[in-house]
Amino acid sequence: MKFTVSWLKEHLDTDASLDDILYALTDLGLEVEGVENPMDVFKDFEIAKITHAEQHPDADKLRVCKVQAGAGETQIVCGAPNAREGITVVLAKPGTYIPGLDITISVGKIRGVESFGMMASEKELELSDEHNGIIELPSGEIGQSFADYLAETDPSKVDPVIEIAITPNRPDALGVRGVARDLAARGLGTLKPLKKASVAGGFANPISVTIDESAKDSCKVFAGRLIKGVTNGPSPAWLQDRLKAIGLRPISKLVDVTNFFTYDQNRPLHVFDAGKVDGGLTVHLSKGGEELVALDEKTYTLPAGVTVISSGGKVESIAGIMGGLETGCTDETTDVFLEAAFWDTIAIAKGGRALKINSDARYRNERGIDPAYNMQAIEDATQMILDLCGGEASEVTVAGQVPDVSRAYKLDTDRVQSLVGMEILPAKQIATLEALGFTMDGDMAQVPSWRPDVLGSADLVEEVARVESLTLLEPKPLSRPIGVAKQIQTPMQIRESMARYTAAALGYNECVTYSFVDEKSAKLFDGGSDAVKLENPISSEMSHMRPDLLVGLLQAASRNQARGFNDLALFEVGAAFHGGEPGEQHMQIGGLLVGATGPKDVHGARRDVDVFDAKADAEAVLSSIGAPAKVQILRDTPTWFHPGRSGKICLGPKKVLAQFGEVHPKTLKEMGVKGPAVAFTIFLEQPPFPRGNKVARAAFFTNDLQAVERDFAFVVDKSTAALDVVNAAFGADKNLISDVRVFDEFIGGSLGEDKKSLAITVRLQPAKETLKEKDIEDVSAKIIAKVEKSTKAVLRG
Amino acid sequence: MDDLKNKYLTAINEAGDEATLEDIRLKAVGKKGEVSLKMRELGKMTADERQVAGPKLNALKDEINSAIAAKKVALEDAALDRRLSEEWLDVTLPSRPARQGSIHPISRVSEEIYAIFADLGFAVAEGPQVEDDWHNFDALNIPPHHPARQEHDTFYMHRDEGDNRPPHVLRTHTSPVQIRTLLDQGAPISIIAPGRVYRCDYDQTHTPMFHQVEGLCIGKDVSMANLKWVLEEFFTAFFGTEVKTRFRASHFPFTEPSAEVDIQCKWENGTVKVGEGDDWLEVLGSGMVHPNVLKAGGIDPDEWQGFAFGIGIDRLAMLKYGIPDLRAFFDSDLRWLKHYGFNPLSVPTLAGGING
Repeated sequence: MKFTVSWLKEHLDTDASLDDILYALTDLGLEVEGVENPMDVFKDFEIAKITHAEQHPDADKLRVCKVQAGAGETQIVCGAPNAREGITVVLAKPGTYIPGLDITISVGKIRGVESFGMMASEKELELSDEHNGIIELPSGEIGQSFADYLAETDPSKVDPVIEIAITPNRPDALGVRGVARDLAARGLGTLKPLKKASVAGGFANPISVTIDESAKDSCKVFAGRLIKGVTNGPSPAWLQDRLKAIGLRPISKLVDVTNFFTYDQNRPLHVFDAGKVDGGLTVHLSKGGEELVALDEKTYTLPAGVTVISSGGKVESIAGIMGGLETGCTDETTDVFLEAAFWDTIAIAKGGRALKINSDARYRNERGIDPAYNMQAIEDATQMILDLCGGEASEVTVAGQVPDVSRAYKLDTDRVQSLVGMEILPAKQIATLEALGFTMDGDMAQVPSWRPDVLGSADLVEEVARVESLTLLEPKPLSRPIGVAKQIQTPMQIRESMARYTAAALGYNECVTYSFVDEKSAKLFDGGSDAVKLENPISSEMSHMRPDLLVGLLQAASRNQARGFNDLALFEVGAAFHGGEPGEQHMQIGGLLVGATGPKDVHGARRDVDVFDAKADAEAVLSSIGAPAKVQILRDTPTWFHPGRSGKICLGPKKVLAQFGEVHPKTLKEMGVKGPAVAFTIFLEQPPFPRGNKVARAAFFTNDLQAVERDFAFVVDKSTAALDVVNAAFGADKNLISDVRVFDEFIGGSLGEDKKSLAITVRLQPAKETLKEKDIEDVSAKIIAKVEKSTKAVLRG
Repeated sequence: MDDLKNKYLTAINEAGDEATLEDIRLKAVGKKGEVSLKMRELGKMTADERQVAGPKLNALKDEINSAIAAKKVALEDAALDRRLSEEWLDVTLPSRPARQGSIHPISRVSEEIYAIFADLGFAVAEGPQVEDDWHNFDALNIPPHHPARQEHDTFYMHRDEGDNRPPHVLRTHTSPVQIRTLLDQGAPISIIAPGRVYRCDYDQTHTPMFHQVEGLCIGKDVSMANLKWVLEEFFTAFFGTEVKTRFRASHFPFTEPSAEVDIQCKWENGTVKVGEGDDWLEVLGSGMVHPNVLKAGGIDPDEWQGFAFGIGIDRLAMLKYGIPDLRAFFDSDLRWLKHYGFNPLSVPTLAGGING
């Protein structure tokens, strides 16, 4: 919302400075977004007088002028034809910025003659397009600031323009009147009374107005009258200036009048060229499919249910949003039909959204204009049209009824102070509300008709508080919990942190990638269904909620490779989405290793990352979040992993804690990543949480008896899982065997292509007495038997 | 006897390796060594002679033994020195490369926020990122078709034909967590709710996803003045310097009165310094929870009152750690991650300080 200070002063009698007004606006909740103050531009120019002018010795069209300024006489070379002795001019001394030229003037030599500044034309000062000569002032003191001169003689030229942001609850402040009212309530002046026009109709209105049954809910009242014999054309300068100052293009007297009321009192109006209206006007809902060329010269095909105004069976205007081009007023218009209506805000919002029209009228009608002003608006606008265009007005025709929006809420002055936490005397509270247009009846505050947002006592608190000024609020300590602060994170939140810190400590760099990815990538990871699709994505690259964090990490890897970084360790902790309902998300940590373990180095440590890197890191993270050490490794991993080089870490076949492996070469190709690449995903909610909050550890037990290690080598089928061999060996004597480790794998060779040899070390830790050779032989036999039985292994000779 | 002594000590001294030394040891004090043989002769001596020769021989034996031991150490040392001198490495060579991991600024700053609000008695609450219309809007006093809904630049989820429920949304703010937590836990309550939020907006200073932390404090007499205190305490702790706030009246459907909050700052060469100077920087929206919101959360607004606020975590990270571009947060440029990332072992605590 833009307005000028002089426009504001039409409504507000005030001596307040611009700075005070700006401060108060922002403080009141009408946040100042910008100010253009021409005074700032003109204050550096000064009034001066040419005391002598003579021909430049080397240039026909230049004159060398002696100019009397505040600081004394100076010499200026000037090319203006009117530069002559005796005239009063506007002087820019060296160092002054010239807005029309976008330069800062400096001392110069023009054809050998020194020049100390310049004398400005109107165009150079952006006062007008006039550039036939320099400004000749009819008055003015030598040395006076040009800004002050303009402020005295032509204040509209130095009228500051203020732009404020209006929150959706304040439609009244979309009119200058409403802004003035707020400032008056704050004590920055007095609100001037409104002039109320009253124009008696000279004849019956020939244009009938009907609200069709279908539009009874969306059109509350529709008033209009014919004004015949008008002369349209350009508005007078004062009106044009006012509209131009706030960035509106003057169009014609009739249209400018409606724009004036829109901005002056937040009162959108519409004018039809009555000569082009075929019979009476009917307000109804569109059936769908009707076409209309609107005032923006675009053709709209109406969906069903939009409130429109028709005549002769043809849609002429989209009610409260935008008129039709055909019935719009032109310079040839002689008879005009003036409309002032009050529309249902929701109907306007829906219609405007369906048609994607953002007009001043829609903006105001959907936020809520003052219904009580409807009938007076017709009178005020008629008067202005008659003043500007002449003509004769008919009687006013009204369809529907001005809605009764009267309501009152209790002002609890104690509660106001308790909520705000500031002392505001009851009398002051009441005075504030009254200044804003509320009327008090005991402790009940009757809401003014222009404040549709006030819908309860809480809204009264806000009015009182903002006018009192929240800047004055003094902080008051909140009562704090007694004692030591408690743990505030849930076990799950702590788990996320632990996973994050562990991954970073393992050398991974944490990423935060977007939660939405493109459909093609999502589909590679079993996602991309309609359930997780965005209806209005910002781009096709961000259309589906991510099914797995690896999508974003692989995309990140691809971007980094494009920048020349090929060895990567990236991870992310966050939600992945398995459905489109609230809660159909689960927490993951995803880790991705790409390329080599490190840069080339003198120690030969560099090697390609492999599946066991991913497995080790997954295990480390799982361990850090308290997942059980005893797990199963299953093989049927999702399609984005290498089928032979990936696994799932599970507690039983259905409880998957994590999956890891080489990323499938096809997936890598689709994602634009150069391998090798290995990854893990851990489902952070899956590992069981410890029950209770027992923190003490189990008793510490050691024994000093010598532990014994024995190695075994078995020949098994190539596809036999090492973990099965280990588990079988463990099972041979659960009390005595404290550890089983695979330390060698050998495939093929003399064993045959489909066989491999696995060598394990079994550690025997006796508890009661030192092992004798016989004990060791017994348990070894058991181990061999057990492994052979459960894995069809043969002890290697 | 002196000859014997000189002979062997000289030999020991001149021995060049351990084998020679052992040879000398055997010749001198071995079972059949010269000294040993002489000691055997003691038995044939008279008691008086023995009285003289015995100690002398014993002393000689000790002297030779310790000379051998000393020479042995000297030879070992010399051998070690020789080996070590051959084991010279160019230690200016680089060490084996180790990856250096890092924590993203958003995670870091989130944990800083938890640490501070834990001290103020706020617990951490969470909610889903795909939200239903009711929790994201209606319950927060934003009815359908309210202009405020348009201002939210909402992402809507797809709805299948025939499913006539209002479409779900990607939560536009963390405020729906207020409703979920109130319904779940009732009053009094003090929570913060951090997380991802989404707005359909992408330009120099906006990304379609960002992070917010919601604050909610409901009690019997919690006021806006308390809110100001909490925020000033928070900012002062967070930035590590005293920070003043300025409350400006504003409007949010879910609070009444509402205020936008600025923090004191100073602009210097295009960068902002918080806690100094006369400028103000808008950082958050806040207010007293609207009675309709309390009701939606199952709380009696005649009995309870309190405040709520929402701060952008990304923005706080930018301000505190001097990170210029929001969009880079989500780009995962390795150089950026390493430059702005944090040491994983430096966890913010009140005891150890929260500055990374």
